[in-house]
Amino acid sequence: MPLYRAHVLVCGGTGCTSGGSDKIYDAFLKEIENFNLKDEVQVIRTGCFGLCAEGPIVIVYPEGAFYSKVADSDVKEIVEEHLLKGRIVKRLLYKESLEEGQIKSLNEVKFYKKQMRIALRNCGVINPENIEEYIAYDGYKALAKVLTEMTPEQVIDWVKRSGLRGRGGGGFPTGLKWEFAAKAPGDVKYVVCNADEGDPGAYMDRSILEGDPHSVIEAMAIAGYAIGSKQGYVYVRAEYPLAVKRLEIAINQAREYGLLGKNILGTGFEFDIEIRLGAGAFVCGEETALMTSIEGHRGEPRPRPPFPAVKGLWGKPTLLNNVETYANIPVIILKGPEWFASIGTEKSKGTKVFALVGKVNNTGLIEVPMGTTVREIVEDIGGGIPGGKKFKAVQTGGPSGGCIPASLMDTPIDFDSLTALGTMMGSGGMIVMDEDTCMVDIAKFFLEFTVDESCGKCPPCRIGTRRMLEILQKITSGNGTEEDLEKLEELAYSIKDSALCGLGQTAPNPVLSTLRYFRDEYEAHVKEKRCPAGACKALLRIVIDKDLCKGCGICAKNCPANAITGQIKKPFEIDQEKCIKCGVCIEKCPFKAISKKA
Amino acid sequence: MIKSIQELEEIRKKALEELEFRKQQGEGIRIVVGMATCGIAAGARPVMLKFVEEIQKRNLKNVTVVQTGCIGLCKYEPIVEVYEPNKEKVTYVKMTPEKVSKVVAEHIVNGKPVYEYTIGYEENKEANK
Ligand SMILES: Cc1cc2nc3c(=O)[nH]c(=O)nc-3n(C[C@H](O)[C@H](O)[C@H](O)COP(=O)(O)O)c2cc1C
Ligand code: SF4
Ligand code: SF4
Ligand code: SF4
Ligand code: FES
Ligand code: FES
Repeated sequence: MPLYRAHVLVCGGTGCTSGGSDKIYDAFLKEIENFNLKDEVQVIRTGCFGLCAEGPIVIVYPEGAFYSKVADSDVKEIVEEHLLKGRIVKRLLYKESLEEGQIKSLNEVKFYKKQMRIALRNCGVINPENIEEYIAYDGYKALAKVLTEMTPEQVIDWVKRSGLRGRGGGGFPTGLKWEFAAKAPGDVKYVVCNADEGDPGAYMDRSILEGDPHSVIEAMAIAGYAIGSKQGYVYVRAEYPLAVKRLEIAINQAREYGLLGKNILGTGFEFDIEIRLGAGAFVCGEETALMTSIEGHRGEPRPRPPFPAVKGLWGKPTLLNNVETYANIPVIILKGPEWFASIGTEKSKGTKVFALVGKVNNTGLIEVPMGTTVREIVEDIGGGIPGGKKFKAVQTGGPSGGCIPASLMDTPIDFDSLTALGTMMGSGGMIVMDEDTCMVDIAKFFLEFTVDESCGKCPPCRIGTRRMLEILQKITSGNGTEEDLEKLEELAYSIKDSALCGLGQTAPNPVLSTLRYFRDEYEAHVKEKRCPAGACKALLRIVIDKDLCKGCGICAKNCPANAITGQIKKPFEIDQEKCIKCGVCIEKCPFKAISKKA
Repeated sequence: MIKSIQELEEIRKKALEELEFRKQQGEGIRIVVGMATCGIAAGARPVMLKFVEEIQKRNLKNVTVVQTGCIGLCKYEPIVEVYEPNKEKVTYVKMTPEKVSKVVAEHIVNGKPVYEYTIGYEENKEANK
């Protein structure tokens, strides 16, 4: 086995790949060949490093040089200067990682300092397409330990004692779920991994599958042993081709190494996994719909009980967990339940992965101990709001969730504190909003999503959410009334109570939560026909400041809607009825006399 | 096909060795080879490669080989600096692949710097003030 003196890690995560990291990888291979460094330097594609906003990312070890925003045209310089001559290319270093000419270790960079990586422990560290790298970092050791040293009851007891709760949204105690599935009568049982990830803005499950697929495979095998199952399924959406590919490679390697299949590690235990592709409907992430879909039917929810643990896939007892939930399992087995339970808050143990997006400097994938505050996430890890704007709120829980306003920024985040605020953990999308975001508009955005994704099986969800959306459209276009607000609230509560599945039951949450914290904003839209954030186009007014206007007429000439009139050398005026709010006049006025008014 | 935990453990050890170099510098011994233009011209590459080879052969843990730019003593190239935690840095000059074997055996493995290859241990301290 060759020993390489330097390792170049190129991020192969979603963000960096869309930023061209494929080309960068190829360029490295080519240049390293050109400079004849093939036997000394190894190039590896890894999963997401987390700092996607700074992507594409390249890290060179042993120096630990963290290069950000790399282009394929930079590669030659990195190879020639850094790899050949040992001169780090400072202009490409992530600016925070260089201090007094010394490279700081990654853990010292602010973005990583407050993080704790359990589920993401191998993402950005190993080559996900090489099972030996996973094994090198204690991979499959937990499975080996379970098979040789523990009884299934002990495994379940450990998972229970760890305090782990499901990361798919609801936060149900994982150990309890395993116990139900183990105790359910029946010889044939199934283990299912939910990798549907339908929340807009969330991509943590995808990143784990792309960056560390073996951790999910190992955990599913452990679950199989614990509940007495021989067969697992990973349900992943077809829109995640890279995740599917890496998972396929990983499953095949695990089979080759005898870590899946018959007689695993010579212990007689048998377990295998198949991949099932979903069409990417949001409702297919709901557990009963997901199982119906695996069975080959249209993915529609059915009432629970019976719960999957009793009657799941093909009527057999089925254990269904989320990707991130599984990714925690091997670590719990290796480090013990007490270790895991020592992290987090009283009722929410461990860490949570969030996809930090929106109006924040460091967008990306982060993992923090439960109980970290919104302020720490937005200010310390996220690096604050760009452009000197003010922080307004974060939205969590996607279409099932709600907002945390700036006034509650110091809330420690866990399952229960979020529920108390009227939002949800959900799968971990976290959208940061600044003062320019209109909360009515945000509620409308999520409701549009729900209306599109409703399966249509039950009327409250099919018809009710559409009615709510219509009202929101009316409000944002400036035609809302005070009765509309009342009607909106009434509808919201009745849908919550009567919808059949979680999709409909939680669909009104974004509306209820924004009404709760930003009611004044709704009222401004309705009573004053004004959007305080200046986001609702229909409510914006473009106005000319009479004192600044010199009457040059340039604006009138450029207005595509002929909305501006006036006489030369006298202040011009805009006809609000005709104005289409294109903003052209604002740009053209040489005297800065025209502006947007909320 | 892995048939037992022992086999799994063997693969783990072997694979981990390969990944040792993917550790950030910090702990352990750091061997820094001057690789600016004059260093390369004076033959720094074979010296560096010899270090890597020796370390692999002896299966040494916690040792990394890194390159650096101009150290500022061009006429003594190839120059190699060895950093051990909590110890003075040792600077080797006019290195050759043959000298490397001895440095690895005596200094890296046994902790005794090969003074005859250095630029004068004491003198060097001055030069680096
Ligand atoms: C409409 C709807 C969509 C859902 N989408 C997902 C999803 O994309 N991924 C997921 O893991 N769980 C999703 N869930 C939650 C699952 O039904 C289920 O509770 C979860 O996968 C259980 O895993 P856990 O216990 O590990 O959290 C969704 C639920 C609902 C009601
Ligand atoms: S609540 Fe909506 S998604 Fe769920 S079953 Fe009813 S119509 Fe379908
Ligand atoms: S371009 Fe500006 S200054 Fe000229 S008429 Fe229009 S508003 Fe007045
Ligand atoms: S915003 Fe556009 S349409 Fe309205 S007045 Fe200015 S140029 Fe005319
Ligand atoms: S995708 Fe590269 S850092 Fe996230
Ligand atoms: S280039 Fe080697 S010391 Fe100057």
